[in-house]
Parts: sequence; C-alpha cells; structure tokens
Amino acid sequence: MDEEQDSLEVTRRELLILGAASAAAVTAPAEAMAKAEAGPVRLPVMSKVSLEVNGNPHTLELDTRTTLLDALREHLQLTGTKKGCDHGQCGACTVIVEGRRINSCLTLAVMHAGDRITTIEGLGTPARLHPMQAAFVKHDGYQCGYCTPGQICSAVAVIGEIKAGVPSHATGDLMAAPNITVAELRERMSGNICRCGAYSNIIDAIVEVAGSRA
Amino acid sequence: MRAFTYERAQSPADAAAAVARVQGAKFIAGGTNLLDLMKLEIETPTHLVDIGGLGLDRIETKPDGGLRIGALVRNTDLAADQRVRRDYGVLSRALLAGASGQLRNKATTAGNLLQRTRCPYFYDTAQPCNKRRPGSGCAALGGVSRQSAVLGVSDACIASHPSDMAVAMRALDATVETVRPDGKVRSLPIADLHRLPGNTPHVENTLAAGELITAVELPKPVGGVHVYHKVRDRASYAFALVSVAAIVQRDGSGRVALGGVAPKPWRVEAAEAELPRGARAVTPRLLAGARPTNDNAFKVLLVERTLDAVLVEAAEAKGTKGTRR
Repeated sequence: MDEEQDSLEVTRRELLILGAASAAAVTAPAEAMAKAEAGPVRLPVMSKVSLEVNGNPHTLELDTRTTLLDALREHLQLTGTKKGCDHGQCGACTVIVEGRRINSCLTLAVMHAGDRITTIEGLGTPARLHPMQAAFVKHDGYQCGYCTPGQICSAVAVIGEIKAGVPSHATGDLMAAPNITVAELRERMSGNICRCGAYSNIIDAIVEVAGSRA
Repeated sequence: MRAFTYERAQSPADAAAAVARVQGAKFIAGGTNLLDLMKLEIETPTHLVDIGGLGLDRIETKPDGGLRIGALVRNTDLAADQRVRRDYGVLSRALLAGASGQLRNKATTAGNLLQRTRCPYFYDTAQPCNKRRPGSGCAALGGVSRQSAVLGVSDACIASHPSDMAVAMRALDATVETVRPDGKVRSLPIADLHRLPGNTPHVENTLAAGELITAVELPKPVGGVHVYHKVRDRASYAFALVSVAAIVQRDGSGRVALGGVAPKPWRVEAAEAELPRGARAVTPRLLAGARPTNDNAFKVLLVERTLDAVLVEAAEAKGTKGTRR
C-alpha cells in the first residue's frame, strides 16, 4: 500500500512535465505536418554577442534564436524579468534598452550587440529600492507579483516619456507638452497586463513617484 | 522557432542583394511582428538580414515642404516629431492609437506597413488558411469573423490589414521609396503597395523579392482639421473594428481613409466629393461592393456612424487649431 502511495505521488514539477507531454501528444499531428512542410531539420546557428546589463559587460555565445528575454533569464540568470505570453501581449518581459522600454520577448539577443540594458535587478536592490519599487510596495501595487517587474520597468520609462514630451492617445492637444495625469498613465501602461487586477494601486504608486498634476 | 543564420547589412542595396541571394531570407528591423510569427513557425526564414544599423532612422524636411521618413524611424519617434504633430496630425494620432508603448518603441515605419494580418485563423496553424498555406482553404469564412474585412475580400481570404499608421498615410497620399537587389530605386504611391487577396492572398504586396523599403515620403502639408477615430473592443491596445482617418477643410471638402475593414487601407477618392453633404452621402460609394459575414455585418453601419462622428468633430474644430482623436 505504501509502495502504491509512493508511486502515485507526483511532484508539482513532474505534473507540469506530464501535462506538457499530454498537450504535446494532442497537438502532435498539426506540428508534424507543419514541420514536414517547413523542410529538412536545420542545425542551430551559434553567434557571439556582447551587451551591457545593469552596468556589467557580458559576452555570450548564443543560438541566434535566443530572445533577449531568454538571454537574460537563462544565460545571465537574471530571472526578475518574467516570461508571460512570450508574444508581446502582456508586458511581463518589459526591460529598458538604451533608455527605452521594450518587450524583451520580441527581440533577438543578437540584435542588441553593444546595447545597454536595464532590468528590474538594475533599478534597485532589496536594501536600496528604486523609488518606483518602494511605491509599489507602499501602495500594494500587486497581488501575485508576476507582472510586477515589467510594470515597474514600464512605469519608470513612462515617466521619462512624459517628461521628454512624447504624446499619447490620451493627450488632448498634440502641440502641448503632455501632463502627468491618471488618464495619461492608464493609457501609457496599457501594454502591461495584470491578471490579478491591481491596476488602481499600480496607478497610485506611479502617481506618487511622478507627482501628479491632475 | 526554426534555426536561421544572421547577418547585419552594411547598406540598403547590400541588404536587398543579400535577401535576394539566399533562398528563404528575410529582412528584420523592429522584429515585433516577424519574431511573433517565427515562434509559431508561421514564418520560417533560413536567414535574417538585420537592417537596424543602416541609418534609415531620420525624418527630413524636403525642399518642397514635405517630409521624408526613413524606413527605420520608430513609431514612437514618428508620432512625437514636432513637424508630424503640427502638419500631419492624423498620422500622429493613428500611430498613438496603435499597439502599446513598448511595441511603438521597437516597431518601424516600413515594418508597420508590411505587418501581417492578425486574423486568428492565420495564427492558428491547425486551421486551413490560404494566406499561410496556399490552397488549404479559409477558416475565417464561416468561422468567427468579427474582426475580418468587409471590403476588397475574396472567396479565398477575408483577412483585414491591421495597421493604423498606414490608414493615415493613405489619406495623406504618401509615397513609398524602395531599393531593389540590383541597386535601382523607385517610388510607388502607398495605394499601390498592398494587394487585394483575389486567388493569391499569400501575395500581400507589390514589392519584388529582396526589394527593401527605404523611406516613406509625405507631400507638403494640406492643412485642414485632422482626425483619426478608432473604434475597438478595449479603450487601448486593441486592433480596430473600424477606424476613420480624415482631413477636412473649412469648406467641408476633404479626404477619408478607413482601417479595420479591408485587406489594405481603404480609400475611394470618388466618394470624397460627397463629404460636404455628410457621412450618409459618402458611404454608398465608399462602401460599394461590401461583402460582410454575419459576424461583421455591423461594420458597414459602424463605418457610417464613425464617419458621421468624425465630420461633426471636424466641423466643431474648424477655426481652432489642432488634431482630434
């Protein structure tokens, strides 16, 4: 009986693997068809890329298919940046490249040779939080926390965009400098999805850091 | 994702030649659409030619007063340019109505023009799609087609073009400048860039193999009130059900282009003479030949009502400067 119990016990990780395997079995015919159409198997192509992450230079030997997100998480072990949808729809992978926020899942690491990249780990540390990180804690701008690194990187860049005069869909007069208003922040943060629905607290946190003029 | 080799192009002509030389090669610029499709193996390039370093990221004022927009100008930068905001407001508004802040920071002018449809059956590799796999059929016909096109469609494909930017450029009479693999340059009106699906929906534009867009030119400013009105299921970060780009002059004359309703930005110049008489006078010609499905029949009426709202806004804005959304 004990033995049977043991054999039935599966860890969460094993369960996830089993789940993935059965999902693969279901989709196998379509995938096999697509692969047959796409021609012979191609061997991976490796490429060397140097980039600067959070002030530290790195040189990596990567498969050309490696996204910037996977380079950060799997090769540099900077797992603060999250993989949500992996298709540019959720914003969990948002990082700041050369001063601009982008979806790190929709860009290849090899396209960023020489670029300066800031991730959530580069904004602050547990001992010295970035003001935006501290504001998210204070205002409870999250529940599960999975989208939070992307929200914070995005929010930091949004304030920079408004200060630089970049207009948005919420900007009333295109010829005037945009103001820091709740409407502006909500529009500009629309590329960061929070399935827990912490939006109102996220906006409160950003408003505190930005200093609202609304 | 399928494996591929990668190179950085040294000049536009070199890039065009490189893509023409290697079978299955593609240009990559912002990559926001191409990489999405490569992950799903809808796009399977053997070789990527990165054009990001070619310096095509400048906006220049032309001697005739128009603008020359480099192919690699980011959507954010084009929308924020003071000249665009002042003289081509409909273009700023269209760009800002599209995608998210993160995507606009990466997406380029030429990439936006050449982005692929977001038809769910194009994305679902388990479904037939004549655009993805020629001859396999169209699952959107008879499927969920709320977002699909109602104009310019065929029995082979009802996919809509997803761009907002291109709709404004169509209203502005933009021209597209290219370089071909043999180094020859040419210009074509934006109206001639995208093709209707017919029996070959996988052939989406009139560019030759390896032909690279290097710039988009806008004629000198035409004045008027600029409006871009986008109707969508969410207030932000969603593709258009219907969008209207309009430039309306003091006397009520003007131009109108539509998004979300056709496989290309939709404009019928012959319909525009009716603009001073209101939306209901314009739509019979603008929407002539519409072939909606049960799911998207609402788009025909929605175009008329959106255009009506746009013309009211434009009339109210007369005499005041600025652009409406």
